[in-house]
Amino acid sequence: MEQECVINVEHVRKQFKVYADKGTMLKERVLSASRSQYEIREVLRDITFQVPRGQAVGLIGKNGCGKSTILKMMTRILKPNAGRIAVRGRVSSLIELGAGFHPDMSGRENIYINATIFGLKRGEIDRRLSEIIRFAELEEFIDNPVRTYSSGMYMRLAFAVAINVNADILLIDEILAVGDAGFQKKCFQRLREIKEQGTTIVIVSHAMEQMYGICDRLIWIEGGTVREDGMPKPVAMHYLDFIEDERLKKLNDKSRSLFQDTGRHSILELTANVHPDARRDGSQEVYFTAISLLDNKNKSCQSFDTGDRVILKLAYKTSLNHPRVNFNMDFVKENWQYCYGCCLAKPGDELPVLDESGEVTLVIDALMLLPGKYYLDVGINGPAGELYDSVRNIMQITVRAYVHDEFGPCTFTHHWQR
Amino acid sequence: MKEHLKEIFDYQDMVNSLVRRDLRGKYKGSVMGFLWTFINPLCQMIVYTVVFSVIIRSELEQFYVYMITGMVPWLFFDMALRQGACCVRYQGELVKKIYFPREVLPLACVTSNFMNMLFCFLIVFMVLIISGVGVRLEVLVWLPLVMGIEYLLTLGFALLVSAGTVYLKDLEHIVSVILMAWIYLTPIMYPVSMIPETILWIFRINPMTAVIEAYHAVLYWKKSPDGLPLFYAFLFGVVLLAVSEAVFVKLSDHFAEEL
Repeated sequence: MEQECVINVEHVRKQFKVYADKGTMLKERVLSASRSQYEIREVLRDITFQVPRGQAVGLIGKNGCGKSTILKMMTRILKPNAGRIAVRGRVSSLIELGAGFHPDMSGRENIYINATIFGLKRGEIDRRLSEIIRFAELEEFIDNPVRTYSSGMYMRLAFAVAINVNADILLIDEILAVGDAGFQKKCFQRLREIKEQGTTIVIVSHAMEQMYGICDRLIWIEGGTVREDGMPKPVAMHYLDFIEDERLKKLNDKSRSLFQDTGRHSILELTANVHPDARRDGSQEVYFTAISLLDNKNKSCQSFDTGDRVILKLAYKTSLNHPRVNFNMDFVKENWQYCYGCCLAKPGDELPVLDESGEVTLVIDALMLLPGKYYLDVGINGPAGELYDSVRNIMQITVRAYVHDEFGPCTFTHHWQR
Repeated sequence: MKEHLKEIFDYQDMVNSLVRRDLRGKYKGSVMGFLWTFINPLCQMIVYTVVFSVIIRSELEQFYVYMITGMVPWLFFDMALRQGACCVRYQGELVKKIYFPREVLPLACVTSNFMNMLFCFLIVFMVLIISGVGVRLEVLVWLPLVMGIEYLLTLGFALLVSAGTVYLKDLEHIVSVILMAWIYLTPIMYPVSMIPETILWIFRINPMTAVIEAYHAVLYWKKSPDGLPLFYAFLFGVVLLAVSEAVFVKLSDHFAEEL
């Protein structure tokens, strides 16, 4: 069934003039003649999406990708350069908390100032006053000037006003981290109630757990357009992987500048994203030529879920004549806690004989690491324990975090009985 | 446009609470509190009285009464424009973060200064009675009309400069310079009769002349003000307000980006 659409964003483009040195003084304007010292930065190129009544939508994307700009255009603070934004119904935006608060005036007076700025009428505020005060948990202090409030009390009051502004459409920008844990929980509870009453909600936040808790849908903004739009889980997963990839690429760039050619076999040739913490040791009589981590589709990958199938491929070369060697790998958590390791041959077993070059593969049927970041180490040893090649921290892998009920580095197959 | 005006009307409670905040917040915490509203013009009047009745003699009797009846309305105009010039810029954070019809800010600024003038009129009436000039109730009915026309004019100018200052910071200082000159182009510290014939036309096109003259007529001369100049000021105000609002709407589109 097609639901009534309350927010319609059509081919919206928005650009900002970024002045090299913004001169609003007359002198500067006259002196710098045409005032042409700016570049036009296109923040949003072509954004299109619709929101049906009652849906809760989360906007995600990197800092500066234009999420807040979209919200501001919905509230009509900013105007798009091209395209159209139609919003039907009364809009309330929780973008700025405590707007217009006067420090010397009482909490009660400030509720009126703040709420009228949100467009409420005095009569409406009168009716909601007790509810707002109760929600802010400030019954005893409401007639004291707000300058005597602690910052927590101040934010609680501000949030209580904002969230009690009844609206058809609620726009929220990164402001849910207010007060102590108890108050945050209450805010969420209230937000869910508001949603159940049929209010359409658009949230911008970097806190993914918050997004899962509220949103029916996520829209990922990247490069000025909608990169992905859909159910929260998959969109969030792709987004987080993307962020992780970007981060790893940056780390790799850092590694490139860090590790100059040492004359020996370089770390940088081993894999695409070399971590700056990578270190290489050993005689290099047998040495790695490539290290790759693959997912179950044989695609190079560094982000996994707990339980995923992971394939580690190690390519090597040797200058020795058919040496006997052992391969090993391990995972070390970000805080340098050793988590897991394994080697090809058990101690005491006959070690495999190598050709001049080749590849060994380790298939991990189920990766039992819990969410977090882990370093991968790999090594090649000789029969007497001699170290041929050892690469520590060669790359970092991420085990993705969702809401989970297990703690520590690894998971057990388990069930509770009552 | 019609919808926009209705929206501004819907935000009248915001104007009210901003005015209240301004009036009550201004002197909160100071010992004399709200009394400062009165002390300020009172002191100013004492200074002018000394200057104009002791040092510079004027031909008008009880010149200080003439002065205060023109000065109090002028101070409203003066303060409202000075504050109006920066009212949008100083509340940039608000403008950038929350939507409301931007006219609310200059409206609140002008209204709060207007309220201030009303309070100061208590002093004016006190002076009128104590000095023996007295009041004539039948001409006093003109007063609300005169005040209304002045409000109209002030709002028109305030809208214009508040929007302009967002784009050109200098306007704030330009306004202040213009106001300094403007007070001498308005018959406040001298009667119209002292103005040389050759430059009288400047005074005549200045709408504030008509307004201040009307205040003088009603309060000092205790007679009905001249209808024609007052009508001119009214017309000036209406046209100005229409033009200013149109300019304001145009400029306010990019307030959030410029601030």
